[in-house]
Amino acid sequence: MRQNLYAAVFAAGITFVLTCLMIGVKLTSEGTQLQVVGASEAQWAWIFAGIALVFFSQLFRDQISTATAGIPRPNLGALMPDREKAARLKPWLIAAVVVGLFIWPFMASRGAVDLATLTLIYVMLGLGLNIVVGLAGLLDLGYVAFYAVGAYTYALLSAYFGLSFWVCLPIAALLAATFGFLLGFPVLRLRGDYLAIVTLGFGEIIRILLNNMTGLTGGPNGISGIDKPTLFGLEFNRRASEGYVPFHEFMGIDYNSGHKVIFLYLIAVVLVLAVLYVINRLMRMPVGRAWEALREDEIACRSLGLNRTVIKLSAFTLGASTAGFAGCFFAARQGFISPESFIFIESAIILAIVVLGGMGSQFGVILAAIVMTILPEFAREFQEYRMLLFGLLMVLMMRWRPQGLLPAKRPHMELKR
Amino acid sequence: MTEASLYLLQQLINGLTIGSTYALIAIGYTMVYGIIGMINFAHGEIYMIGSYISFIVIAGLLGMGMVALPVILLIALIVAVLIASTYGWTIERVAYRPLRGSNRLIPLISAIGMSIFLQNYVVLAQGARDIALPPQISGGWNFGDPQLFEVSLSYMQLIIWAATFVCMTALTLFISRSRIGRACRACAEDRGMTNLLGIDTDRTIAMTFIIGAALAAVAGLLLGLYYGVVNPFVGFIAGLKAFTAAVLGGIGSIPGAMLGGLILGVTEALTSAYFPSEYKDVVSFGLLVLILLFRPSGLLGKPEVEKV
Amino acid sequence: MSQLLLDVNGLTMRFGGLVAVNNVNLSVHNRQIVSIIGPNGAGKTTVFNCLSGFYIPSDGSVVFKGEQIAGLKDFRISRKGLVRTFQHVRLFSNMTVIENMLVAQHRHLNTNLLAGLLKTTHYKRLEQEAMDRAAYWLEQVDMLEFANREAGNLAYGQQRRLEIARCMVTQPELLLLDEPAAGLNPRETKQLDELIVQLRDEHEISVLLIEHDMSLVMGISDHIYVIAQGTPLADGTPEEVKNNPDVIKAYLGEE
Repeated sequence: MRQNLYAAVFAAGITFVLTCLMIGVKLTSEGTQLQVVGASEAQWAWIFAGIALVFFSQLFRDQISTATAGIPRPNLGALMPDREKAARLKPWLIAAVVVGLFIWPFMASRGAVDLATLTLIYVMLGLGLNIVVGLAGLLDLGYVAFYAVGAYTYALLSAYFGLSFWVCLPIAALLAATFGFLLGFPVLRLRGDYLAIVTLGFGEIIRILLNNMTGLTGGPNGISGIDKPTLFGLEFNRRASEGYVPFHEFMGIDYNSGHKVIFLYLIAVVLVLAVLYVINRLMRMPVGRAWEALREDEIACRSLGLNRTVIKLSAFTLGASTAGFAGCFFAARQGFISPESFIFIESAIILAIVVLGGMGSQFGVILAAIVMTILPEFAREFQEYRMLLFGLLMVLMMRWRPQGLLPAKRPHMELKR
Repeated sequence: MTEASLYLLQQLINGLTIGSTYALIAIGYTMVYGIIGMINFAHGEIYMIGSYISFIVIAGLLGMGMVALPVILLIALIVAVLIASTYGWTIERVAYRPLRGSNRLIPLISAIGMSIFLQNYVVLAQGARDIALPPQISGGWNFGDPQLFEVSLSYMQLIIWAATFVCMTALTLFISRSRIGRACRACAEDRGMTNLLGIDTDRTIAMTFIIGAALAAVAGLLLGLYYGVVNPFVGFIAGLKAFTAAVLGGIGSIPGAMLGGLILGVTEALTSAYFPSEYKDVVSFGLLVLILLFRPSGLLGKPEVEKV
Repeated sequence: MSQLLLDVNGLTMRFGGLVAVNNVNLSVHNRQIVSIIGPNGAGKTTVFNCLSGFYIPSDGSVVFKGEQIAGLKDFRISRKGLVRTFQHVRLFSNMTVIENMLVAQHRHLNTNLLAGLLKTTHYKRLEQEAMDRAAYWLEQVDMLEFANREAGNLAYGQQRRLEIARCMVTQPELLLLDEPAAGLNPRETKQLDELIVQLRDEHEISVLLIEHDMSLVMGISDHIYVIAQGTPLADGTPEEVKNNPDVIKAYLGEE
């Protein structure tokens, strides 16, 4: 007990040192003079609360750990039904979910559908980064660069050449993949943390270039007036552009701005399903097995004749092309893009989604993307604490559950005899 | 001297100034990487906090009517170093030590989270906007031809050079002569063995973080005075630049960090002088990529041989 | 007729000031079992690393099947038919036994993305062939019943056998085994013995092995090289080496 007391006092002292000036005092500008005023009562309250929390948690360290040991650790994996039942139910479940996804928007509010579309974008980004980080084990901190490439590709092609969304979609993916290849080729042989920093640097370079090549990219003002996607040439506007028929006229119904929202949502669903299908196939193909083997033991792979650069490149470019898809769709949905949407913090958020969900686990990533997008909507009062909590969450997750919410339970290939 | 060479001299002066501060911050990265093989992503934020604390102390003392500038700056230095070191120690203790031994990506992600946490912590505590401090040390020497180009070497720049020199010398002596310094070097070479020899490696590692944080705080004070402005996000870019400097010089090597910092500072100054200045960051990052591609061990580092 | 498979001349490896391997010469003919023995820390694994491309030798030549391979990358050498194992078993523990075998055959499979996504006949045929080859080799090492078990869940002796089977499925011509008997009990060592001889006789590959276990080495080797502190000490048939006074002094003394 005595030892805990010392620890508690020490910890409380540290907390005080950390916060007394940083929080306890506020810098304000009085004219040209910089002044220091005592912080508000609320802030001192935070300081004392923090000190108290640290003090008591150290003091009662032993009691707390015995108490929490009793609580069973949340094991979401255990909530899943056992394997055999799951295997039989799975196709029905998936079918039900897919059908639900297509029907739901017609019954939901417009805001909800819009939010769902945003979530789907993050799901796509998360799945793409999951290939790179989760399946191949490469830490990419500049993923947002490929997202930007996809978005700007559509924006520029649509503005300068009037190409439609559907034509630009594969082009955006291809261009993003090319960037991925060009970046990956020299860089993928670097060690894990170096790779992370280099990709971070690359992401920043892209953002700075986008911000400064004003002639091409519109600089900080970005590009606006990007065309929305059409359904076989039918536009979802009240009045269509010259020579085109708007959707509602074609269908013989009244114009409803909700149609556009639902249409965008449905496109997002289709894209996500396509990405999911491809990823699942890939995991059962030699390249997917190679990713996992490389992640497990790179030296063994080399000794078996596997070219790790090619294998890593495949993961990197596939991840990049997925981001390209997402970027193209993002530009179409927003109608306006600027370099502000492609800052480092976006890469960090997508990484958090992958890590939170469980690196390698698609279901986990989907769940994490949903949580990350929807939770802030419900916790509007905590808006200013959002990023703070986000950072804290990352630290805590690494400490207590680095394998993520739903660690991957990959289906193994079986020898059928 | 010609106008062009005077201009160049000015750029060199500016570059060496900014380069020395990069060197101070880079040391933190290089020491931590050398000892536990981890990139302390949150190190840039320690520098930022050092800046903030310096501003707070300076503004506070000025507000209380103190006039003696050297005393104010000295107090600011001491307080900033103390508090930043505490932050450095706490971060290691809370976010990194429990993760030691796990696969490399996990501490890195924790560090990224810590970096984001600290930035927003300061945003909530002090606001997200720029905070400006009126220049405290002004004046300097001008030389050159007033008709061609006047090169100015400000007192502030001289102070930065002097302070950096003192810190570097002190650090080098400390690492090579003192017991703790020896322990740091031993840990960096072979942590397991050092442990077996009875040296408390946990404490040595903590010491490394504290030293790095202290130097970052010094840089925070110096740059804060130099630029006169601080905001919660200055740590991010400064951190990346300092990391580039550390890699350039050879990660794990303290003289390397110093050399790398100076080279990076001069390169940046030359770039922004002769090319559009928005691209100076691109050049810095580009330099990082090139170094990692062609000479990952840096200028003064030893090429690592993989143990199979 | 006996054909020269691997010819090593003047192999030297320096790390800074340390000379780990000093002017080593050895040769392996086809259908031969050759052993490298020597006290611990003698640089034997370093020799392997040089031969298999994990290190680039500081000096010397390594000719495999008439081609100079010194300086080539590790995976390229592996593709030419020179495969190796490691002192500590390196399996893909979270993957099943059969998956381990399939990964080893990566370059024999159709890795074209489109072919895989569309499940073309060519793709499926190659996958099936790989499965069959994997099954065949698992049977050769008596591991077929464990095909669907996670590699990490195997007993140590089984893991060793899997490692060898995994190497064999890449269709090599020279197998480098680094202390294959380490950690095995006498019965397992005898099984390993028989397996290595079987590989030479029935499957016509050559084996170069590093070993400490004298019973294994003496019993099956056609030729033995002795290396001490990175320098060649002696070589010859098991009989010759056993009676060589230098060797006895340096190593066999404490048998």
